[in-house]
Amino acid sequence: MASLGCFLRSGKNAVSVVLRREFSKTPPAAVQVNVRDALNQAMDEELERDERVFLLGEEVAQYDGAYKVSRGLWKKYGDKRIIDTPITEMGFAGIAVGAAFAGLRPICEFMTWNFSMQAIDQVINSAAKTYYMSAGAQPVPIVFRGPNGSSAGVAAQHSQCFAAWYGHCPGLKVVSPWNSEDARGLLKAAIRDDNPVVFLENELMYGVPFDLSEDVMQKDFVIPIGKAKVERRGTHITLVSHSRCVGFCLDAASVLAKEGVECEVVNLRTIRPLDVDTIEASVMKTGHLVTVEGGWPQYGVGAEICARVMEGPAFNYLDAPAVRVTGVDIPMPYAKILEDHSVPQIKDIIFSVKKVLNM
Amino acid sequence: FSWTCLFYTTHFYHTLLNKPEMQNEMETSSSNLSAVLTREQGLQYYRTMQTMRRMELKADQLYKQKIIRGFCHLYDGQEACAMGIEAGINPTDHLITAYRAHGYTFTRGVCVREIMAELTGRRGGVAKGKGGSMHMYAKHFYGGNGIVGAQVPLGAGVALACQYQGNNQVCVALYGDGAANQGQIFESFNMAALWKLPCIFICENNKFGMGTSVERSSASTDYFKRGDYIPGIKVDGMDVLCVREAIKFAADYCRAGKGPIVMELETYRYHGHSMSDPGVSYRSREEIQEVRSKSDPITMLKERMLSNNMASVEEIKEIDVDIRKVIEDAAQFAISDPEPPLDELCNHIFANDLPMEVRGTNPWVKLKSVS
Repeated sequence: MASLGCFLRSGKNAVSVVLRREFSKTPPAAVQVNVRDALNQAMDEELERDERVFLLGEEVAQYDGAYKVSRGLWKKYGDKRIIDTPITEMGFAGIAVGAAFAGLRPICEFMTWNFSMQAIDQVINSAAKTYYMSAGAQPVPIVFRGPNGSSAGVAAQHSQCFAAWYGHCPGLKVVSPWNSEDARGLLKAAIRDDNPVVFLENELMYGVPFDLSEDVMQKDFVIPIGKAKVERRGTHITLVSHSRCVGFCLDAASVLAKEGVECEVVNLRTIRPLDVDTIEASVMKTGHLVTVEGGWPQYGVGAEICARVMEGPAFNYLDAPAVRVTGVDIPMPYAKILEDHSVPQIKDIIFSVKKVLNM
Repeated sequence: FSWTCLFYTTHFYHTLLNKPEMQNEMETSSSNLSAVLTREQGLQYYRTMQTMRRMELKADQLYKQKIIRGFCHLYDGQEACAMGIEAGINPTDHLITAYRAHGYTFTRGVCVREIMAELTGRRGGVAKGKGGSMHMYAKHFYGGNGIVGAQVPLGAGVALACQYQGNNQVCVALYGDGAANQGQIFESFNMAALWKLPCIFICENNKFGMGTSVERSSASTDYFKRGDYIPGIKVDGMDVLCVREAIKFAADYCRAGKGPIVMELETYRYHGHSMSDPGVSYRSREEIQEVRSKSDPITMLKERMLSNNMASVEEIKEIDVDIRKVIEDAAQFAISDPEPPLDELCNHIFANDLPMEVRGTNPWVKLKSVS
């Protein structure tokens, strides 16, 4: 009898263990979402959540967005919340900032960040500095967003990266998502932030799909602005990057892994405020640093990272000088062969890593 | 005393579109309008304008004593504009202007003490000493803006918010004759007209953009017509009643959802462009004297009230004495109040955020910033 009871008990345990194992084998509900749709869904959800949020920019309404990022929003929310503007960046950026002064929460789209130069005074002098100048009397809850950096074949006037320019200015938060999770979480965070946020997207990433877990698909999923993410753990060298180049770093890391070099890849996610702590912790572990960006080298994001590492505790852990991989210091050419050689490629990252590691 | 008086304001010009869809047909007409001034209003306008005048003259003094530094753009001569506008709108309406902003800061509700202490950069200033002359803010008053013309799209944006929120409020967006040629102003006109924003665009034409007269800066000096498809009104900006009535008309127009309106206030500044400009290299002292003697807005109001038995000479003198005290007290405060504490340096970078660290002038200096 006792042995039967024992057998039954253990049998029951065995069955429940098997059942548990079956449950844990079930994959989490992941959805494939490309960056464009992640941005679209984020805006949709935030528009629904807060009626003070609205979107304005060229072609955002009836055209569904020049890059289709705002597809379907005008149909759903109408003229009041999704506003097509004339081609007058300085004017509509100023109008957006004024609306933010008076209590609304605008999302101001620049068709590309190159056109923001027409309006840069409104971004910096009217938006970024106002909370400080007013000693806290006038907050400016606005998001400026649009594609930044190089695309494909759009030549010099349409390919500049503005991370360094806007990252320079106090009073702004500057954010540069890489994948769909970044895009979704950071855009929601930016819209909910009571401060001016420069949101730098990347056109070539719009169509790239990524798996998003159920957690990420929650309506209140936000990624904190100012926190970098370690995308890949490694021990030999730290690669710090943002936006599309994060993907290149991960590809380079895969290739290097075959040669026994384990790269730690840090996805900045935010340009300003820079998450120096994460960078330093990584460098203190690996002793080597390579920064990777699409923008020009002089006075760029990588330059800032290197300076900060020099000035902080991580310097003492460096076994070699920190090095930057950047876009070539020229206006972007048109011909494909020239364009390909104007931006960092995976082989450039691999080359630099090996140089730094003295391989 | 006469408790109310009916005045005929000097005529102001209407330029209204004959048929809105035919943009090139414009009819110019001039009208004589009447306005009622009560004794109470008259005394209030006088007090406010005289306070603005004395405040600016005191600022002049303090600047010459090097107690105020940097930029200081004085408003004396233009008081009727700020007073007339405030009299014609509600406190819940909105206003934004450029850098010659001390008068508007006062009419929009900031007391003289806080204005003067801001000019002297003290902690009791309206912006805690962190803004200075050009960056003073109040409820429904968005400064004080240093970049010429940038305030106009901002004002149109405030008007957009009014329309969006359906609160029946309007925004007054001011700019000068110098700014009137800025591209972003025309961009604002376009969007305001397209979307029928409740925005009153006002050009305070004081005849000079810094040292450049209107004839030398503008191919068209009819600033009230620059709105093209937007109706424009030209107003005597030295007559506070004229300004008030024009603003009332404009505000009603905007509130009715008819779209924006452009207004030109013809006015004059006695001081140079700023305290570093004596103001006589590009205009004659005789010209300044003539305006002072013939068109001074405060004198005009005073004379109107006295000659219509709306106030007595003694009464006006009493007000003057009172104002002198207010200004003296404010100046004393502005001189004696301490400068902001050093730990204020990095505050107010971000709103509603956790405290953060800000790099000092060298890597060992880590400063604290709170919202």
